Amino acid sequence: MGDQSTGWLPDPMSTFAGEVDTLFYFTLYVSTIIFVAVMAAMVYFGIRYRRRSETEVPEFVRESRILETTWVVVPTILVMIVFTWGFKVFVDLQTAPPDSYEITVRGAQWFWEFQYDTGVTSANELYVPVNRPIKLRMTGSDVLHSFFIPAFRVKMDVIPNRYTSVWFEAIEIGTYQVFCTEYCGTNHSAMLATVHVVSQEDFDAWMVAQDQDLPPAELGERLFRQYTCVVCHVDTSVGPNLAGIFGSERELTDGSTVIADEDYLLESIVNPSAKVSSGYGLQMPATFGTMSQKQLDGLIAYIKTL
Amino acid sequence: MSATAQDASINFLNYDKSLKSWLFTKDHKRIGLMYLVAVSIAFLAGGILALLVRLELLGPGETIMGPDQYNQSFTLHAVLMVFAFIIPAVPAVFGNFVLPLQLGAKDVAFPKLNLASFYIYLIGVVIAMSALLVGRIDGGWTFYAPYSERVGDSILYVTTGVFVMGFSSILTGLNFIVTVHKMRAPGLTWNRLPLFVWSIYATAIVQVLATPVIGITMVLLFLERFLSIGIFDPALGGDPVLFQHFFWFYSHPAVYIMILPAFGIVSDLIGTFSRHRVSGYLFVALSSVAIAFLGFLVWGHHMFVSGQSATSSIVFSLLTYLIGIPTGVKVLNWVTTLYKGSISYKTPMLYALMFLFTFSIGGFTGVMVGVLGIDIHLHDTYFVVAHFHYVMMGGSVIAGLGALHYWWPKMTGRMYNERLGKIAATLVFFGFNLTFFPQFIMGSRGMPRRYYDYLPEFQQMHQLSTYGSWVLGVGLFMILGYLLMSLKTGKKAPSNPWGALTLEWTHTTPLPHPHNFTQTPVVVRGPYDYHLVPEMFENAAEDGSVKSVHDVSQPAS
Ligand code: HEC
Ligand SMILES: [Cu+2]
Repeated sequence: MGDQSTGWLPDPMSTFAGEVDTLFYFTLYVSTIIFVAVMAAMVYFGIRYRRRSETEVPEFVRESRILETTWVVVPTILVMIVFTWGFKVFVDLQTAPPDSYEITVRGAQWFWEFQYDTGVTSANELYVPVNRPIKLRMTGSDVLHSFFIPAFRVKMDVIPNRYTSVWFEAIEIGTYQVFCTEYCGTNHSAMLATVHVVSQEDFDAWMVAQDQDLPPAELGERLFRQYTCVVCHVDTSVGPNLAGIFGSERELTDGSTVIADEDYLLESIVNPSAKVSSGYGLQMPATFGTMSQKQLDGLIAYIKTL
Repeated sequence: MSATAQDASINFLNYDKSLKSWLFTKDHKRIGLMYLVAVSIAFLAGGILALLVRLELLGPGETIMGPDQYNQSFTLHAVLMVFAFIIPAVPAVFGNFVLPLQLGAKDVAFPKLNLASFYIYLIGVVIAMSALLVGRIDGGWTFYAPYSERVGDSILYVTTGVFVMGFSSILTGLNFIVTVHKMRAPGLTWNRLPLFVWSIYATAIVQVLATPVIGITMVLLFLERFLSIGIFDPALGGDPVLFQHFFWFYSHPAVYIMILPAFGIVSDLIGTFSRHRVSGYLFVALSSVAIAFLGFLVWGHHMFVSGQSATSSIVFSLLTYLIGIPTGVKVLNWVTTLYKGSISYKTPMLYALMFLFTFSIGGFTGVMVGVLGIDIHLHDTYFVVAHFHYVMMGGSVIAGLGALHYWWPKMTGRMYNERLGKIAATLVFFGFNLTFFPQFIMGSRGMPRRYYDYLPEFQQMHQLSTYGSWVLGVGLFMILGYLLMSLKTGKKAPSNPWGALTLEWTHTTPLPHPHNFTQTPVVVRGPYDYHLVPEMFENAAEDGSVKSVHDVSQPAS
């Protein structure tokens, strides 16, 4: 991944990340200087004026108007500088250039889905061309999520029934981490995605490759990974291991049994709470119901091969 | 002296030792102690959960629990710490115990109401915790809609509990406001009030004005749930961002319920242990009240990336600074109080100085997250987690520990072990910083909060943080241990072990029953005017305690 961090922040990889960083370090250093000075004064006074005898009573010290005025005025000035600066950066972060390339983002428990102008969709893998402003129009399908790319210094909440947006322009080819930063349930910490910043040619080539038809089982394998089915069904035991499930007899929480045929698998994916396998909870989200028939066929074909 | 030797052996603790006399007491001192026991239990439970959460994060993936247990653990940790511990802790424990004493009053204005608030608080806690019996507590202490509404009925128990606890907070606040206005001893003018009183007064204002809003929010959640009218849930046509506005409209001022009393404590501690008038007394006093009011206007700074309008974000950011400045100036005032003072390093003072260190870091990082452009990156990362722990734990809890050691002799009649006290304070200091400082670093590198699992590059920082939590844990358990021990084996406390000048030390010793003062005190000087009574310290003992208290505290003429 391209997220290297040498200091406090990951290396800046978008056009305005550098500006955010300068502001961050300015605030950090000014704060540190003041903090160290105040602590030094505290330690110095603490040693110099430690109590030498229990009967000692110090003299009254008159408060100094000049000192008091200084320490109200100086911080106020500093803070106003930082505020105005922060305001400027904020406005830059808010205003996407008019020629931005738009991608639609959908946040759902617990994956990110990206839809491009060509109709191509991908999950948890975002491809963008380098050196080109990208605007993400984002909405959610269930609860709140938040879309965060540390290397680009962008973050925005994703809200159901409403569009929010972020924009960025990546300056270097590479792959970068996406996090969900608004708590959204069981797999919140697995709601990750990768941004692939590629050259315009590679981007176009990728787009063409997406349009080609894969054999269903291969498509299914990819979706199984991208839509985070692996997180519950392979990496952890939140959901049952699906190996050999096709054609087997499944016991349900209500005590009945069913044969896991294709219809059962389809129903399990689209409407997981309809038939719940015994020994498991209701963690599987209903968000996969919005997948296309082709995608669902692919998933089922893949599960049959397990 | 009107008090005879025989009277002196009877005090508020031992005049009647039956359980009933405790449960039905209207004595503010006993109520304060009952609160102390209750919030300590909440703190212990919340603390153990915190240790478990940190242990889980020792390595990526599953360490000791699965994702669902983890999510419930951090939620329960936060709910306990915020609603059952820190909001009631300082105002209800020390406010109850100390406020009437510092005012020279025989009790709070409405003693029965005071007892009622205690039981309302207990009922609230029980309701909230019964959620564990019906389901899970999930969604974080912020209960953001619509997630919290999908968790199930159990969340309604929590919100009802919070709603009920809110009433306790409101009633306590009202009681204190009236007490401060009506029950001050003769001569105790507003500019002679100890700063602790000022801060409790400011806190009470926030309690009374802000708490109803969380009540309303919880009622709206209820209505949405049972009548299916869309308020917050987008699936019903509601607006989840509205919930955040409601929530923070209470919860930001609530931050001041947590921190303002700490300002008061630290002022009293620094004044006492440096035998010096707190520099900028008037500023420190009035700015607390100003902060209490301004605190209502900055809630939107929690929502810079929530989808609220850019204009609101800008206004909220600006107002946040306005409130930051007086807070910073207070720190400078405390430091200058040390100048030319006579500084004694008893355990409570160690906590006060520790507070200056940790709270300042909390304050500066607060400025950083208040800067719009930077907050976009830092919001909802561990940077914020570290920031608010530096404010709430490094601020309120550290000050609270100082207060506990400071008033312990008054509360229990016993001295704690000073040496163990200093060792524990050192452990708390290093443990605390080791736990939370690495979180600033991983947060600014992008580590999001409320994550069960994390990428390998964050492991080093997580490990440091977990090790720190162990040191901190040892320090805190040590305090629990030696304080409990002191009840049995502690030295009998002298009447004024710290040589303090406020009324609870100078006029009541030992704390009698049924009234706080055998005769109404008359106040002739400010709470920290050490330079006016040098003769009081002429016979000070080796440990700094002052014997002939009544001689100097009587009216001069
Ligand atoms: C958050 C965890 C989670 C995720 C993500 C998840 N599942 Fe599940 N899944 C479960 C659980 C728990 C069950 C068992 C309870 C039930 O039947 O609903 C389950 C059951 C199933 C079943 C029925 C298995 C049986 O025991 O009969 C199938 C098929 C399935 N999941 C497929 C998928 C596919 C395909 C994906 C990705 C598109 C996916 N799951 C993503 C948790 C998850
Ligand atoms: Cu999410």
